[in-house]
Amino acid sequence: MDLSFPKRPFRTHGGAHVPHRKNTAGMESRFMPPPATVTIAMTQHIGAPCTPSVKKGDKVYVGTKIADSPAYVSAPIHSSVSGTVKELTKILMPGGQYADAVVIESDGQMEKDPSIRPPEEIRTKEQLVQAAHDSGLVGLGGAGFPAHVKLNIPEGKSIDTLIVNVAECEPYLTADHREALENGENILHGIYKIKEILDVHRVLIAIEDNKPDAIQKLTEIADNPELDPNDEVRILPLRASYPQGAEKVLVQACTGRCVPAGGLPADVGCLVMNIASVSFLASYMKNGMPLTMKRVTVDGSAVKEPQNVIVPVGTKISDLIEFCGGLKEEPHKIIMGGPMMGVAVPDMEVPVLKQNNGILVFGEKDAKLMEPTDCIRCGRCVAACPMHLVPSKLEKYALRRDTDALEALDIASCMECGCCAFTCPAGRRIVQAIRLGKADVRKAAAAKKAAAEKAEKEEKK
Amino acid sequence: MNKLLVSSSPHFHGPDTTQSLMLDVIIALSPAMVASVILFGFRAAVIILTTVASCILSEYVCRRVMKRPQTVGDLSCVVTGVLLAMNLPVSISPVIAAFGGVVAIVVVKQMFGGIGQNFVNPALTARIVLMNSFPAKMTGWTAPFDHAFVDAATTATPLGQLKAGLFASGEAVKPSYLDLFLGNTGGCLGETCALALILGGVYLVLRRVISPVIPVTYLGTVAVLSLLLGRDPLFDLLSGGLMIGAIFMATDYTTSPINFGARIVYAAGCGVLTILIRAFASLPEGVSYSIVLMNILVPLIERAVKPRAFGKPKKGKAGA
Repeated sequence: MDLSFPKRPFRTHGGAHVPHRKNTAGMESRFMPPPATVTIAMTQHIGAPCTPSVKKGDKVYVGTKIADSPAYVSAPIHSSVSGTVKELTKILMPGGQYADAVVIESDGQMEKDPSIRPPEEIRTKEQLVQAAHDSGLVGLGGAGFPAHVKLNIPEGKSIDTLIVNVAECEPYLTADHREALENGENILHGIYKIKEILDVHRVLIAIEDNKPDAIQKLTEIADNPELDPNDEVRILPLRASYPQGAEKVLVQACTGRCVPAGGLPADVGCLVMNIASVSFLASYMKNGMPLTMKRVTVDGSAVKEPQNVIVPVGTKISDLIEFCGGLKEEPHKIIMGGPMMGVAVPDMEVPVLKQNNGILVFGEKDAKLMEPTDCIRCGRCVAACPMHLVPSKLEKYALRRDTDALEALDIASCMECGCCAFTCPAGRRIVQAIRLGKADVRKAAAAKKAAAEKAEKEEKK
Repeated sequence: MNKLLVSSSPHFHGPDTTQSLMLDVIIALSPAMVASVILFGFRAAVIILTTVASCILSEYVCRRVMKRPQTVGDLSCVVTGVLLAMNLPVSISPVIAAFGGVVAIVVVKQMFGGIGQNFVNPALTARIVLMNSFPAKMTGWTAPFDHAFVDAATTATPLGQLKAGLFASGEAVKPSYLDLFLGNTGGCLGETCALALILGGVYLVLRRVISPVIPVTYLGTVAVLSLLLGRDPLFDLLSGGLMIGAIFMATDYTTSPINFGARIVYAAGCGVLTILIRAFASLPEGVSYSIVLMNILVPLIERAVKPRAFGKPKKGKAGA
């Protein structure tokens, strides 16, 4: 395969011209002091939820492991403050479902767990995977996929390109941008460690061209002849276009390779990691402190002092808003994540999760959605879909609950980036319908499987 | 505290709405409207206002009677009204023009469910209905700049003269390309001035209201086939309803395909039919019929030419 460095990004299809609104890009991140209590959800990632290993009254420190799961696709959870476990409870999660949570009363000391020490020098792939697991790292770009699963490249697949994702294509969010500006050293060390262990000789730091200061900073780091004698780490400025940071789109923009439908970047020799994940991994290797803090962009029309805040995981949105000077108007919608793919939360009690990169609070005007009218078949959704789907037809068949038609239209390839609904002049709720359709398709597949198993059993009788 | 709004992502919407797109089409049609008044006099304005009013009223009444949400505000009926007027001769009686608006909106559009649901172009279908109902009145062409309507000198369209062999026999002089480009020939209100139509088309493309795929493919196919058949390609491009058809009619959202590949097939089909009718049929002009016929084929074209999902193997390979 061609392993030269591309001079400019490869062509990608579709996308939408979303507003940037990176209001907080120029502001130094602030550390938030520990709130009175933190509520740490047991579902901080994609995969199996964790089971708490602490009980009411237990004394915990920053970095004390409080929950884990034997499942492979899961990541352990650590306390983000020092103090005592107040209760084990259930909380309402952003998606609307309930999850177990550990509430910890902070003693305000932020005392480090005495057992925390740097892990042994990491030399092998297995050690790296183990370290990623123990650190509790999940994909910090927003998806929250356990990092040790991603780093554990399956047998028979080899990685020739590491892509560090700094695209940050969602409006408002600047957490990765600030990470690049504030933690350059860490990022470089993280890249070198991963590159060395996985034996990768091409690293592309992919960043949208609307962040010139971060590009300059990262270029300084990447062009370090001492650390990078063979010039194997380079910056690739991308066109600022949503959704450049989506994994499959990013792989195509960086390498021209097309991840097969239903496949992973590893299928085409790529490993994509978010910049904050890389940076965190480096600091974990240095000091052994697991993932307990997260940089979050707090912005939106209702927030008094928008800024990036480094918060203890489990801080309630209400506490975080308080820290940002409170609200200047009544909140009508609060989004966890960016406005294109983030989740609207039901109340301000929802705590910050590990993979959160933004908390956006909007007043009435911005929260308002357009009333949908009839589809006029303009085809804008088709032109905007990065996955080459036909969103208007997916919506139609999803609302008809026609799972066969949905499968024929490759509904599973949809990543819910929202370009279709964003560009739809009729304001159709296309993504919402597609989500419904996906659930229907899953249900139909499960029913089919159950029926087949039943038939097999009958036959055996 | 008030209840927070919980809804599915995306939480933002782009600036375009159905109304804004339709308004852009109306703006794009304004050079052609102005040209029609300059060429054919104030009566052109009367015809435009008549069809627009008829379309708006038809839409309003239909939605009321059908107890559906009112859609007059999306301006699509205004676009239909303007396009219908652009496809009528200036000498047409306002009553017939108004009747055309009723056909377009009531029969072609609303009876099939309103915006987005009609399977043929409302304005073109109305024109075809009028052509077959009032053939003489629909082909009573008036020469441009001859604004004495009562007994205005009748003329023929350049394509009609070509069909009748008047250019070959020397009975009529073929208009210059400049006259064709500026619209100084007989014809429907909005079809003669290619300049005004192209201006509108450029505006629509720049505003990203339409993609240039359909007009370019349509016009390209006509030019190539015209050349192959030994006709005059530039004359074919500039005469008749081809410009307004390729830029404003064939690109109608509802009745044209929504994906790139299907758009090419559809537009090429329009081009082939147009030339076949012009060269071999007894009609002098074939744009309306070509587009309406291809409109009907759109569902089939979309079924045959689909976009291939990202990362799916090419056809012919396993799993395709």
